[in-house]
Amino acid sequence: MKKYDAIVIGAGHNGLTTAAYLAKSGLDVLVLERNDYIGGATVSRELHPETKYSNCSYVCSLLRPEIVRDLELPKYGLQVVPYGGGVTYQRDGNYYTNYDDHDRQYREIARFSKRDANAYERYTADVLKQTRLIRPFLMRTPPDPTSFKAKDLQELAYLASKFTGLGETGMADALRFWTMSIGDFLDEYFESDIIKAHMAGGGIIGTALGVYSPGTAYVLLHHYMGDVDGSVGAWGFARGGMGAVSNALYQAFMAHGGELKTGAGVDHLIVKNNQTKGVVCENGDEYYADVVVSGLDPKRTFLDIINEEDLPEDVIKKAKNFKIRGSSGKVNIALDGLPTFNGIDPRSVKMKGDFHFIDSLERMERAYDDWKDGTWSKDPFVDLLIPTLVDPTMAPTGKHMMTVFVQYCPPKVNGEEWTDADRDAFGQTVIDQIAQYSPDFKSLIAHAEVRTPRELEKEVGLTEGNIFQGELTFDQLMFNRPFPGYAQYRGPIKGMYMCASGTHPGGGVMAAPGANAAREVLLDLKRKNVVPEGYADD
Amino acid sequence: MLDLNTVREQDLIVEPTHFTERLKPYAKTNDWFNWKGYMACNTFECEGKEYAAIRSGTGVFDICPMSKYDITGPDAMEYLNRIMTRDIAKLNVDRVTYVIWCDDNGYIQDDGTLFRLSENHYRLCSYEHAMDWLMNCAEGFDVEIKDTTRDIAALAVQGPTSFGVLEAMGLEGLENLKPFGIMRVPFKSGEIMISRTGFTGDLGYELWTTPDLAGDMFDELFEAGRLRALKPMGAIALDLARIEAGFVQAGVDFLTSEHVIRTGRQRTPLELDMEWLVDFNKPLFNGRKALLKQKEEGPRYRFVKLDVEGNKPAHNSFIFNKGKQVGTVTSAAWCPTAKTNVAFAMLEWPYGRDTDNLEAEIYFQRELGWTKVMAKCKPMKGPAFDPARKRATPPSRI
Ligand SMILES: Cc1cc2nc3c(=O)[nH]c(=O)nc-3n(C[C@H](O)[C@H](O)[C@H](O)COP(=O)(O)OP(=O)(O)OC[C@H]3O[C@@H](n4cnc5c(N)ncnc54)[C@H](O)[C@@H]3O)c2cc1C
Repeated sequence: MKKYDAIVIGAGHNGLTTAAYLAKSGLDVLVLERNDYIGGATVSRELHPETKYSNCSYVCSLLRPEIVRDLELPKYGLQVVPYGGGVTYQRDGNYYTNYDDHDRQYREIARFSKRDANAYERYTADVLKQTRLIRPFLMRTPPDPTSFKAKDLQELAYLASKFTGLGETGMADALRFWTMSIGDFLDEYFESDIIKAHMAGGGIIGTALGVYSPGTAYVLLHHYMGDVDGSVGAWGFARGGMGAVSNALYQAFMAHGGELKTGAGVDHLIVKNNQTKGVVCENGDEYYADVVVSGLDPKRTFLDIINEEDLPEDVIKKAKNFKIRGSSGKVNIALDGLPTFNGIDPRSVKMKGDFHFIDSLERMERAYDDWKDGTWSKDPFVDLLIPTLVDPTMAPTGKHMMTVFVQYCPPKVNGEEWTDADRDAFGQTVIDQIAQYSPDFKSLIAHAEVRTPRELEKEVGLTEGNIFQGELTFDQLMFNRPFPGYAQYRGPIKGMYMCASGTHPGGGVMAAPGANAAREVLLDLKRKNVVPEGYADD
Repeated sequence: MLDLNTVREQDLIVEPTHFTERLKPYAKTNDWFNWKGYMACNTFECEGKEYAAIRSGTGVFDICPMSKYDITGPDAMEYLNRIMTRDIAKLNVDRVTYVIWCDDNGYIQDDGTLFRLSENHYRLCSYEHAMDWLMNCAEGFDVEIKDTTRDIAALAVQGPTSFGVLEAMGLEGLENLKPFGIMRVPFKSGEIMISRTGFTGDLGYELWTTPDLAGDMFDELFEAGRLRALKPMGAIALDLARIEAGFVQAGVDFLTSEHVIRTGRQRTPLELDMEWLVDFNKPLFNGRKALLKQKEEGPRYRFVKLDVEGNKPAHNSFIFNKGKQVGTVTSAAWCPTAKTNVAFAMLEWPYGRDTDNLEAEIYFQRELGWTKVMAKCKPMKGPAFDPARKRATPPSRI
């Protein structure tokens, strides 16, 4: 039977990236995807006639421009359109508008506090400073701090140089920033509740932590370190939905001679003498290759598709201890028309960005309390967008699509498995919150896709529905991602690699883990590197 | 259906000032730019003529967009003395002084002018927004800080005929007002505060009033100026005048420290030739410790004002010292009145020590043909333009 040079498990955007680079280097590569469609959490599906949802991820900023350019993704239809605007409502109906130009934003914050308006300038500069520390590492393999190999020492020295390059105060700030809570961080800048609530969202999205839990400031940074065409911190819509990213990667892979099978869930790896030999699919089909790359999260990779006897004890333990808690839900809604939001001109930029309905850190922390209590937040933090106002290709003209990301939503309800009734009640909680600010919203709903961690796990394979394939806390970042000793994309078995969000630099539609993994595979195969270096931040 | 009239829209990115409506008829080039969220003109008709008005008649510049903060309270002086590098105790009532202030690392946070309006009432005009820093520093002081940017209508009236213009406007008692002095004159239902201050290095005043009197003040000023070569001036002419007068511009010649993202791009007063603004005799002010340390160890940069050979402005030039690149130009202009080719440059220490052999690498283009010249540069002793009429009290009546 045919033997491939490499098999990639899972056609998430990272798996596709790894596959594209391995194929580009001339290898014979097979991708096996369990679903009947590709993309994993980077997908757009038509579940309602002529309306496309970005079913999981919905906005784009982290995607590395080096990869977009190098794999010629624009040629394959990828276009990222920046957006800005949106509002954060107060309970009393007043709202803060998130203008994305400096001057209106300054005046808008000043309506709540003149001091905060000015403090925002300091805040932006300080956060940007921190992104300059992390950005150079996105397209690099983390060094192993316990190794004395020349390459690791060199990388450690590079890390040290970037760190000391921050200067004395910069270093002190960085150490605090990486470990503190987003709430404490914001308290150092702002005095008004609504401004803090508005800024805090990025610190908890996808994270089973509250705004006052240590580590959430970094999560904010993770949402700030991307860019749209060099504008750091900006976000955009992939035209046609996030699936456009996966589709372009798929076409790049195909153009380099790749092969992909859908409906081909992998059951387990074939391992002989601590060397991967291939995989066995759930339907019994076998495929062979000496290189097998897993695009699944670390738990699934080590506890599900590799037989326990093929793994060293420490890896099993580490995989079991890996933190991958589900905390998010998603509601995608097809609308028969544009909903009216109280006090907002439908033509205004306010409609074209993120809507939030939580106006204080206190309320956000209470939303987290519900999650700890084993249930979804009764007053959730949602990030709502109407992409059709910026990208009209998502629905027929005059109709709209709404994407609602919801924090918090637990992996189990009071310790029990989710039921359909639970799921519907969760969806209703979200819809009711929105309807408080939009009187005609409910009457415009034509279809809704409600996704709890149960659906995310079942459909995408994300354990507990954790959107990042593992929490983005300091103990699971850089050379600790997924676990110490295994952060360089190589697994414990010869020929086995990891390439997805569970590895450095983590979750989000970034493609960096996939590209970095490909570089390491090529290194081991002693092939010429085809993965581009990161652009330097000048 | 949503009633659009009841919708609160604050949708202008750039807002008019108290004088925009009055200035519009003069803005023949329609060349507006965004100054801290407010409308300002680069030019009105012709930058050369506007510059000429500043130097031979009177140029008028709308300074409403400038950030203004009123600081009041029993601790106002003590508080400002803690923030500013100069000794604020020396600033008497009805006097103005140029100030800079630093962060704890000794980096310049901003510059501006400080007005002492009464015993316990000061006004700070700054380049950046300053509310956050002013409030942060107010801990423990009995002071009140108010952002008065929008509450004040102000015009800079600059040039050798400016005194004549203001006198013709009926503002009495101005002849005794010394440079950096403040006085108040009744005007209509209120008053105009006049300070003998400005950014052009010549005779000049700034007029401050309440927004309700802005239109009248403007009209009477322009009426009085008709026979005295008064013109509105744009930012381009003003920039030329300030370079000629030797004034540094925040955001151009140095960056304000809180806005710097790249390590090391901030500057201290010592690195900007501003040590004269730092009073180390004061026991405590923000940045003192760091500045003392730098004074001992030596600065990283040296800021110099250069007289550049030839007549090509050294815009964005690299500066060389015996063939080695030692710095860059931050501001440059051929100055028409002084007939001097001025460049302000930031030199790296220690190369900045020897300023005898500096050259600017100047590129210029004529009809798509690019030329590079290496022009010799000499450090200047004082400003290129520093006329006696600037200080004369009483000033010329013309
Ligand atoms: C609800 C939600 C919202 C999000 N929002 C954003 C956002 O707006 N912006 C952003 O940048 N990021 C967002 N993210 C995060 C981002 O989508 C993910 O981090 C990213 O898509 C993960 O990509 P991946 O390739 O690493 O893994 P995945 O997308 O998880 O890919 C894994 C693939 O493996 C397949 N698979 C699983 N098991 C098997 C098996 N046994 N055999 C074969 N195939 C298998 C899966 O079907 C899947 O296709 C969001 C995530 C979620 C869930």
